[in-house]
Amino acid sequence: MATETAANNNKSVLWDWLTTVDHKKLAVLYLIAGALFFIKAGAMAIFMRIQLMSAENTFLSGQTFNEFITMHGTIMLFLAVTPLIFAFMNFAVPLQIGARDVAFPFVNALGFWIFFFGGLLVSLSWFFGGAPDAGWTAYVPLSSGEYADLGLDFYVLGLQISGLGTLISAINFIVTIINMRAPGMTMMRMPLFCWTGLVTSILIVFAFTPLAAGLALLMLDRIFGGQFFMPDAGGNPVLWQHIFWIFGHPEVYILVLPAFGIISEVVPAFSRKRLFGYTAMVFATLIIAFLSFMVWVHHMFTVGIGPITNSVFAIATMAIGVPTGIKIFNWLFTMWGGKITFNTAMLCASSFVPTFVLGGVTGVMLAMVPVDYLYHDTYFVVAHFHYIVVGGIALGLLAGTYYWYPKMFGHKLNEKLGQLMFWLFYIGFHLTFFIQHILGLIGMPRRVFTYLEGQGMETMNLVSSIGAFMMGAGVVVLLINIVYSAFTSERITVRDPWDARTLEWSTTTPVPEYNFAQTPQVRSLDPWFYEKVHGEGLMKPAEPMDDIHMPNGSILPLTIGLGLFVWGFGMIMLEMANPIITPWIVIGTGVIITFGSMLLHSIHEDHGYHIPLDKIKKIEKEVG
Amino acid sequence: MSDSVDVSKGLPPNPEKATLEGKNKFLGFWVFLGGETIMFATFFGTFLGLREGTAGGPSAEELFSLPLVFLMTMLLLTSSLTSVLAMFSMKKNNFRNMIILTVITVLLGFGFLACEIYEFYEYVHHGGLGFTTSAFGSSFYSLVGLHGAHVTFGLFWFITLMIRYSRTGITLTNAPKFYVASLYWHFIDVVWVFIFTVVYLMSIGGA
Repeated sequence: MATETAANNNKSVLWDWLTTVDHKKLAVLYLIAGALFFIKAGAMAIFMRIQLMSAENTFLSGQTFNEFITMHGTIMLFLAVTPLIFAFMNFAVPLQIGARDVAFPFVNALGFWIFFFGGLLVSLSWFFGGAPDAGWTAYVPLSSGEYADLGLDFYVLGLQISGLGTLISAINFIVTIINMRAPGMTMMRMPLFCWTGLVTSILIVFAFTPLAAGLALLMLDRIFGGQFFMPDAGGNPVLWQHIFWIFGHPEVYILVLPAFGIISEVVPAFSRKRLFGYTAMVFATLIIAFLSFMVWVHHMFTVGIGPITNSVFAIATMAIGVPTGIKIFNWLFTMWGGKITFNTAMLCASSFVPTFVLGGVTGVMLAMVPVDYLYHDTYFVVAHFHYIVVGGIALGLLAGTYYWYPKMFGHKLNEKLGQLMFWLFYIGFHLTFFIQHILGLIGMPRRVFTYLEGQGMETMNLVSSIGAFMMGAGVVVLLINIVYSAFTSERITVRDPWDARTLEWSTTTPVPEYNFAQTPQVRSLDPWFYEKVHGEGLMKPAEPMDDIHMPNGSILPLTIGLGLFVWGFGMIMLEMANPIITPWIVIGTGVIITFGSMLLHSIHEDHGYHIPLDKIKKIEKEVG
Repeated sequence: MSDSVDVSKGLPPNPEKATLEGKNKFLGFWVFLGGETIMFATFFGTFLGLREGTAGGPSAEELFSLPLVFLMTMLLLTSSLTSVLAMFSMKKNNFRNMIILTVITVLLGFGFLACEIYEFYEYVHHGGLGFTTSAFGSSFYSLVGLHGAHVTFGLFWFITLMIRYSRTGITLTNAPKFYVASLYWHFIDVVWVFIFTVVYLMSIGGA
């Protein structure tokens, strides 16, 4: 069937990266893009903390502050943490299940480029009259055409596009995990990171689609005169809140579950024990995912939906504490009695546990409806969700970075700088956010750009800002570490620098483009550990050495992303006072690029190419 | 991996799922349809929440005409039937029949689309219900129009496939493509059944 086209070996490096469909290279692209957005949104947080350092400060205007809170939240959730999670999923999941690539390598690249161009569109808002300023939740009527300017059109269309990229990437991962597992890799032998990746992807499929619908409604309202959220014409602004939170609450779990997965990989590896309660962990993940769709109204307790509804959602919310508690105890019991190595990855992973408990406890506090009326829209809420997203997700991602870095880049990150980063970040984090609980309880409202003197808020805000600077310093140390380690760290030549347990460590370092010369035969949970202890120290092959079929690279994912970008920008131009070109020409160009590229991909049958056996043997000899 | 199927004795009984690539497409597309379901559900919810919001404009009872909607339903349901029959032909490796049945599917689809365009035209120009008239209008046009956009996309999809593979016969590469397009068409049909019930029958029947 497959027509052989020899791989083009003399492509330029840039062209290679722009057209790659290799999951390991896409992981690096996701990592870079996510890190850049993370730094951008982090810098905004620092600026906001400078503004709040003293009472009635004038460092930022109220308008700029609003734009910063909006962009900080939007970027962190959609454009920083999501791609960072996809970076690790892209890198680790195919390796952990013993696959040569994802199910749809082309779609994988497409997902990245669509996300990237969507993010670019959101970021472009700064140059066209200011960023969106209605908060990351973009509640109407604040986000309606009456109160919000062009920035919100960038928000609506940019997120629509980047959400599409996220959605198709998720579909790809579901199919990969279900269909592409190596022989013997049953569902209940999959590493927990694959399980959480699978569940997160399912959540994305069912949560990002309501968001797409909601954003479409808001776009229709703003640009085409729809009346969905306009009470005068029979519309209903609360509808937006429902749609947004039906997406928004699962979104939190979409981000935190892979962090749970990373912790569940790092903790056993550095405790020298198998994960305690593997089955319970899997089912806890599934229960959390199910419940995550049952709780969205707890973001809307003060809207006035009624005591019965509020009570039902309050109880459902508290129920999430049970499976999460199961996870917490399983991590503790994994560490209990283990030979623990406290390197940076393990420091991040183990300190995740108590931090996340704090975030969980305040979560249950917020779930109690009567007192939620007091907490609502105060810094207590800000503190709560930062304990989840920074103390949970960011620490998990940092642990994953230090853990997988040697496999991804062929050298470890410097341990001394790593520990310095950890302590700066960890102490800074608690300094910033613990005190915000108290600030919230004494009544400081969130999303307000300043506060008055003499209300007892000055000192606590100053402490909080100092903590934020420490976190910023921690991130700077991490960046220095990346550059420093690239030049000074010794190259890793062994397969398994951490003496870990799962399949990704059974591949050679650096990982060849086909991952496994022979698909491994999996005989147990933690297959690599099993072969090290019970087998001969290498994975048993499930197939003879043979030519390996590989997909060809393609520029079309990038052009489809570009087409959507132009299309989206054209739609925004409809709202501009005096666009230089007719918007419909721009829209048409975008549509033609998008669908033209799709058509080209559809009618051109590309069967990939084969890496011949002797070349594989040569590569294996070099790296092995 | 995709070339591991022996085709020397003709196509296997389920050509759309014979290769790993086909299996992946099959599963991936079902997941995609799951997401689409939720997206449509959101638009349905929006319509149900806002259908009373006529803001003095025309209401559903004044506007909808069941005979036209019945005709549209029949056209689309029949097209789903011919699409199933096309897939049976594909499994029997009867390429000619498959193409003929798909052409009928496409023609019926265009018939449906023409009715919908006529319906919208009537509502706008004689019924007085524009997209911006009221929340009811916005939610009606966006739900039914989204479905119409799906129909249009499906039609172009079928046409592209038929032109691209007009000379190749059924192969292990294009069988999953035809099959997935047919799944998409059935999905559109099921959504229409819900639109017919929720938007038209419930509005007129007073539920």
